[in-house]
Amino acid sequence: MSELLQFLVSGVTVGAIYAAIALGFTLIYNASGVVNFAQGEFVVIGGMTAAALIGAGVPVWIAAPLAVIAGMLVGVALYRLAIRPAREAPLVSLIIITIGASIFLRGAMQAVFDKQIHRYDGFSGDAPLRVGGATILPQSLWIIGGSIAVFAFLAWFLNRTRAGRGIRATASNRMAAALVGINTGRAMNLSFALSAAIGALAGVLATPVTFTSYDVGVLMALKGFSATMLGGVGSPLGALAGGLLIGLIEAMTAGYISSDYKDASAFVVILLVLFLRPQGLFGARITERV
Amino acid sequence: MTRQAVAAGVSALALLTAAPALAEIKIGASLAVTGPAAFLGDPEAKTLEMLVEELNANGGINGEEVELIVYDDGADPNKARTFATRLIEEDEVVAVIGGSSTGATMAMAPLFADYEIPFISLAGAVVIIDPVQEFVFKTPHTDRMACEKIFADITSRGMTKVGLISGTDGFGASMREQCLDVAEASGVEIVADESYGGSDSDMTPQLTNIAATEGIEAVVNPGFGQGPAVVTRNYAQLGIELPFYQSHGVASDEFIKLAGDAANGLRLPATPLLIPDQLAEDDPQRQPVQDYIAAYEAAHGEKPSTFGGYAYDAFHLLVNAIERADSTDPVEIRDALEATEGHAGVTGVYSFTPEDHMGLDLSAFRILEIKDGGWTPVEE
Repeated sequence: MSELLQFLVSGVTVGAIYAAIALGFTLIYNASGVVNFAQGEFVVIGGMTAAALIGAGVPVWIAAPLAVIAGMLVGVALYRLAIRPAREAPLVSLIIITIGASIFLRGAMQAVFDKQIHRYDGFSGDAPLRVGGATILPQSLWIIGGSIAVFAFLAWFLNRTRAGRGIRATASNRMAAALVGINTGRAMNLSFALSAAIGALAGVLATPVTFTSYDVGVLMALKGFSATMLGGVGSPLGALAGGLLIGLIEAMTAGYISSDYKDASAFVVILLVLFLRPQGLFGARITERV
Repeated sequence: MTRQAVAAGVSALALLTAAPALAEIKIGASLAVTGPAAFLGDPEAKTLEMLVEELNANGGINGEEVELIVYDDGADPNKARTFATRLIEEDEVVAVIGGSSTGATMAMAPLFADYEIPFISLAGAVVIIDPVQEFVFKTPHTDRMACEKIFADITSRGMTKVGLISGTDGFGASMREQCLDVAEASGVEIVADESYGGSDSDMTPQLTNIAATEGIEAVVNPGFGQGPAVVTRNYAQLGIELPFYQSHGVASDEFIKLAGDAANGLRLPATPLLIPDQLAEDDPQRQPVQDYIAAYEAAHGEKPSTFGGYAYDAFHLLVNAIERADSTDPVEIRDALEATEGHAGVTGVYSFTPEDHMGLDLSAFRILEIKDGGWTPVEE
């Protein structure tokens, strides 16, 4: 029984990290239809910046927001310098641009920071908490709380605010959105800034548990992207559920079957879901008139 | 100035600089200075460059200057082979050091038999020296020896039932295989065998299973990079009390920093490079270890790594062989190298024989325990 509880705790911890990364994908996708392959790099920028600042003696409650702002600035720069000049290009080209940007950012981080692995102490210490027969790190609660907060914010922002609705309108049809008076450029700008900030926040929260180094972004993005696909691209609820689900599947497989099949079983579930519901668990069915 | 004049000037200059070079002893190296294995190649290259400078400042080998030619193969076997060919054919070196990775080493190795040039590899795998190739030597110990050393320590503490939790990366997978292979001969039984991916962030399910295995007495974690630090933290998080062993792959101060207090009490096999001040006065490795650390810190302002130590030993073994051969004929250097006996380096004490081109025994590894965030040698 305590074993099951430990597997659950592990699954939720890892799942919350995947969810936090997956949530970052949603906004840019919602605004532009672009799957941003540089999302993992935002996660690393958040973690590395926080690690560098904390290493330099800055208290964590200052370093963490600064790291998120740093991520946001890089997100805006990515949009202004790479995406906007190519805004007339087809979607595939824009996605390829984000792949290029991720390679560039990885190289830049090697130069700006270093090639070492970094970590800093958990926000509430590193002494594990006992829950029933299982143990959980206080930082895991921060990650879970952070993911839920970001999810709630996104759900509110996209559905209830003018700016959020503007972003969705821009995605649905940029020309029509512009015609009814939505500043589509600003909507795109905003979505990149927020996506990057969410990614950086995920990095800041996860680094005490996962560690970070300049090159972990690709793998993080891969897991986060899987979670996004499973939950349904563009849906904040889907990102949250998809992340947690993948984390739980991995933990249960590692615990009850074999750790060798951990990754495989997660991907089998993703494939099955995509066969049966191509739009993902919570994605809206997209109908296109041809 | 006309183009001809420039050309003439350049060739005149080339002649001038080339003339004294004739008397030089050329040593080649192909290392992964950049790329995925840069953490190996970078300290290796820095070490070699530092040693050549030092050697030439002290009059070179038997009065002749040494020239070092380093190429960066980025751990790419194809490039390594190309560079090895260039070193032999164009640069006309008398010996080659290198191959930071096993892949690069194995790609180069056949060339040295063809051209009869001695080659000292800095890569870990057993296949480099087993079967023995006449012109191929290596300085690092193998992961097989690390397993034997760990198991010897486990059995000396009266335990036999061991659980493995291995990374699926190249290092972890290879060491896991070697550990499974030598377990029986070492008198231990592997009762649990779990794995994790290199970027995984939580290994508590695997560790929960290992801790729940009946009769288990100790846990070994073959792995590299951040994985072992996560495993160590999870181990402490779950409050597992069993003796815990890491591999030589994480033998660095960096690891203690990442794993934090959770690392206290764990043991691992490592080279004496980590405990320069705790080596006995009469320890043959005390002098080279302290020399290397002092020189490296002076030259680069940071502590040398275990990997740089492999290059340090390779270079000294080679220089020593050239001195004894009193010749720059590659075959005579090879013969002298193979006759090396009791050469104390930073990694271990080397004695090559025609059957053994690594020349180290288990005494090259020291079992260290992490106490209060520092290394303490375990009395044997």
